[in-house]
Amino acid sequence: MRLTALARIRPLASVAMLELRGVACVRGGRTLFDRLDCQVEAGRLLRVRGVNGAGKTSLLRMVCGLLPAAQGQVLWRGESIRDLGEQFGRQLVYLGHAAALKDDLSAIENLQTACLLGGLLVSREQALLALTQAGLPGRGRAPVRHLSQGQRRRVALARLLLSSATPLWVLDEPFNALDSAATDWLCGLLQAHLVQGGAVVLTSHQDVALDTLTDRLIPLTLGARPS
Amino acid sequence: MTDAPSPSLPAAGMLQAMRGLVARDLRLALRRRADPLSVLVFFVLVASLFPLGVGPEPELLRTMGPGVVFVAALLAAMLSLGRLFADDYQDGTLEQLLLSACPLPLLVTAKILAHWISSGLLLALVSPLLALQFDLGAAATGVLLLALLVVTPLLSLIGAVGAALTVGVRGAAVLMPLLILPLCVPALIFGTAAVEASRTGMETMGHFSLLGAFLVLALVGAPWATATALRIALE
Repeated sequence: MRLTALARIRPLASVAMLELRGVACVRGGRTLFDRLDCQVEAGRLLRVRGVNGAGKTSLLRMVCGLLPAAQGQVLWRGESIRDLGEQFGRQLVYLGHAAALKDDLSAIENLQTACLLGGLLVSREQALLALTQAGLPGRGRAPVRHLSQGQRRRVALARLLLSSATPLWVLDEPFNALDSAATDWLCGLLQAHLVQGGAVVLTSHQDVALDTLTDRLIPLTLGARPS
Repeated sequence: MTDAPSPSLPAAGMLQAMRGLVARDLRLALRRRADPLSVLVFFVLVASLFPLGVGPEPELLRTMGPGVVFVAALLAAMLSLGRLFADDYQDGTLEQLLLSACPLPLLVTAKILAHWISSGLLLALVSPLLALQFDLGAAATGVLLLALLVVTPLLSLIGAVGAALTVGVRGAAVLMPLLILPLCVPALIFGTAAVEASRTGMETMGHFSLLGAFLVLALVGAPWATATALRIALE
């Protein structure tokens, strides 16, 4: 499937894109949160906050379908993501804590494989262009092993540039290890995605970074429960 | 409703994803050449230790040759299978595989295929050299090569289930062979029996039919079981 062939995302007015209905998370016998209800409409950004161990990453993994909810369900356009299976995989880009890069492959090869798994066939030129826009000009062919932590993050984030037509972005601490220029770049990218009618779920410690997006922001704070 | 999820990824896209994954894993194997090579050297060394250990009696070597080669291949496969999913698990690629638009069993099949090409196939191709030191003769050597070409993908398939079950588990390197080796016994028995039959001038077709049946069965069942095990492992 060519990038250009993808239809533009048009939000549905009635049904929220993503909905959490009475979701509970139990890890290691401890309830991290329960009866969590939340709706994310097209063009909105859900920012998950909470102290360490509050279950931020677990919530994000639940939204992706990697972690089944102990109770309740996660709905994508009114349908349970359990029932959607792989079809949900096409609607979603998940960037986790680990950058999911292979040290021995070049940035271009990493980017191409990541997009291919998400259902996008990306040419070398497109990948190279995305990497240049992500602030890595001339680094596309070198093995990722030689890149710094922040540069590796940029390689992972370059996938978002190629995935503008994928409606849901789930990002775990995307601002980690980024310098201020890259932070601004990512904010612009998120803004463009939201304007286009996409939805974003992310965790972030930085308050400043999302200042430009406040009108689209849905804050969600997970409280650490006393055990 | 132009934005409703389409029924499923077109078959062409799935094939592309599978081909891309095979290409990636083979490229990784090429860039980390030491990994597949060490497995190959291990295979040759283990099989070569036996003639040194049991003495140069030709008839004895001919009798135990096929069995030794198969056991060595089995052990060498265990060596490489430990890394099948462990690397992907550590760098987060495994999560991306689980979230792919392509069904997980198909991606797992692609990974198993790449694993077989970069380990099992090499072992099979080297085996005629080992047959020489056991003085197996031309016909038996051919059968040995053919039997290994059927048995090694079988090992990769069965091994993938074990690798998936033990992904992220402490002590996986020991646990996985304990899970897998008993399941490989039929492949070992019928593989060696085929070579033995050819050496003594008997019909080998029956053994190959059974090995083929095992291979088909594993081809259908193992990717699905592996995918399920991976989903559980990553919860």
